[in-house]
Amino acid sequence: MYTQALNQKDVAPATASAEDPERLARFEARVAAEDKIEPNDWMPEAYRRTLTRQISQHAHSEIVGMLPEGNWITRAPSLRRKAALLAKVQDEGGHGLYLYAAAETLGTSREALVEQLLSGRAKYSSIFNYPTLTWADIGAIGWLVDGAAIMNQIPLCRTSYGPYARAMVRVCKEESFHQRQGYEIMLTLARGTAEQKAMAQDALDRWWWPALMMFGPPDGESAHTDQSMRWKIKRFTNDALRQQFVDATVPQGHFLQLTFPDPELRFDEASGHWQYGAIDWEEFRQVLAGNGPCNRERLEARRKAHAEGAWVREAALAHAAKRRARRAAERQAAE
Amino acid sequence: MTSIAVAASPLVEALLARADDALVHAHRLSEWCGHAPMLEEDLALANVALDLLGQARSLYQYAAEVEGAGHGEDDLAYRRDAPQFRNALIFELPRGDFAETIARLFFSSAVMLPWWQAAMTSPDARIAAIAAKAEKEITYHLRHAGEWMIRLGDGTDESHARMAAAVAKLWPYTGELFAAEHETIAALLPDAAALRPAFEATVARVFAEAGLERPRAGWMQKGGRRGVHTEHLGHMLAVMQHLQRAYPGAVW
Repeated sequence: MYTQALNQKDVAPATASAEDPERLARFEARVAAEDKIEPNDWMPEAYRRTLTRQISQHAHSEIVGMLPEGNWITRAPSLRRKAALLAKVQDEGGHGLYLYAAAETLGTSREALVEQLLSGRAKYSSIFNYPTLTWADIGAIGWLVDGAAIMNQIPLCRTSYGPYARAMVRVCKEESFHQRQGYEIMLTLARGTAEQKAMAQDALDRWWWPALMMFGPPDGESAHTDQSMRWKIKRFTNDALRQQFVDATVPQGHFLQLTFPDPELRFDEASGHWQYGAIDWEEFRQVLAGNGPCNRERLEARRKAHAEGAWVREAALAHAAKRRARRAAERQAAE
Repeated sequence: MTSIAVAASPLVEALLARADDALVHAHRLSEWCGHAPMLEEDLALANVALDLLGQARSLYQYAAEVEGAGHGEDDLAYRRDAPQFRNALIFELPRGDFAETIARLFFSSAVMLPWWQAAMTSPDARIAAIAAKAEKEITYHLRHAGEWMIRLGDGTDESHARMAAAVAKLWPYTGELFAAEHETIAALLPDAAALRPAFEATVARVFAEAGLERPRAGWMQKGGRRGVHTEHLGHMLAVMQHLQRAYPGAVW
């Protein structure tokens, strides 16, 4: 996981309008020709800001995303499941690490980005503000949340910024593995006891709508997509990706013999697409505004880990400084 | 779900002891995942936990085969109660702060590296094969923990004080790691008492660089190897075994 189209407005500083038109034209021609933009290349400030925001939000989402699934590591029901879950959550940490590194190539340090997360200024994917209440939620997250993330992220493998595109290639490979793992958990539950099947259905009931919200607001309300599309930061609209996800996922759910919590869900022969009911965008706005069931807990957990780890990070720096000083003294003594 | 009764031969008991060490230690390390002092440690501690979990599984699988009662790795991990667990006490102590986590990983790796190295030449081919893999993993664990012992011991006043406290707290639990194996299987497994010089040399080398003092010989806590545990293991198993116990017979 997990980038999310949050479609935040780019708040440009007053001075940023004065881009050199010639450079801008060259830049846009390169992007149009599918050239990759690299860290040392000239780029418009708005491009840099948009990407820094998007990549760091994606990194934050990976890090916060470790928490809901981490909630079940100690309770995983078999040693095989435990190893797979631990490895998965570790993968997410790894994604966070190289996404922070990709964001740093745009000129903002990881420390500054983490500070934005901890202070509540930066956003992360809304989905992680929902709780994991049963083991089936681990299956549902893999199947639906990672499934939605893949839909979002596959196009990002071709995004115009080189370091982000390359990071996404690896992230997507791991995500599709996670998605299959999640579906396999759901399949095992759906073929299990009546209690396990009920657990799987309950998880689908709770995760389906939040998963659809992961693609962001509907295109009509999405004022900011145009420039990102032109700059090839974004390649498909929110609604197009959402539809692709629904079309791929509904038959998978039916194979599990589970019911989607949407009475209006039906296959439209004419368009060849699954039509779905109205999404509760008020819930989405509330979760983004900090009022989801777990927003406070998630941020508190991150802040607590950061605060409790401060003495460790300080010690590592102090030791490194002492070692440098000792080596310098040794060299001096030897001369 | 009812607990299983394990037909305990000396070899099964010895394999369970090492498997339980690894599983219980992995559990404590996995509690850090998402909560470590820095992202790199989230990854590193999860990595170590995964290695130990893998070792536990190999050992449980072999123990189940030797036992020959039709049990599998999950029966052994999820369907024994605390008194049937054979892990050394040091592994079940609560996670503690980062210094305690590192000190525990350091002490156990400093014992287990020579243990697995010796086990590589066991006449039991299965043990030798498990050892060949585990030895590589523990080499990394010891290096990682040793580097942190030095960083924290040498770093700031606070980190030094925390590490010294962790060492003082955990040292009395190191003695149990050297308990002798049953005489009938002594030829199959390393002689733990013979590992002491290697352990002491590692401790001396790392402590010297970390500016830490080795605690003096004193009373050693023990009991885990015969199923007499601390109060903490029961709580850990209540969490770990919850689903297997709550839904008897379900396949996950």
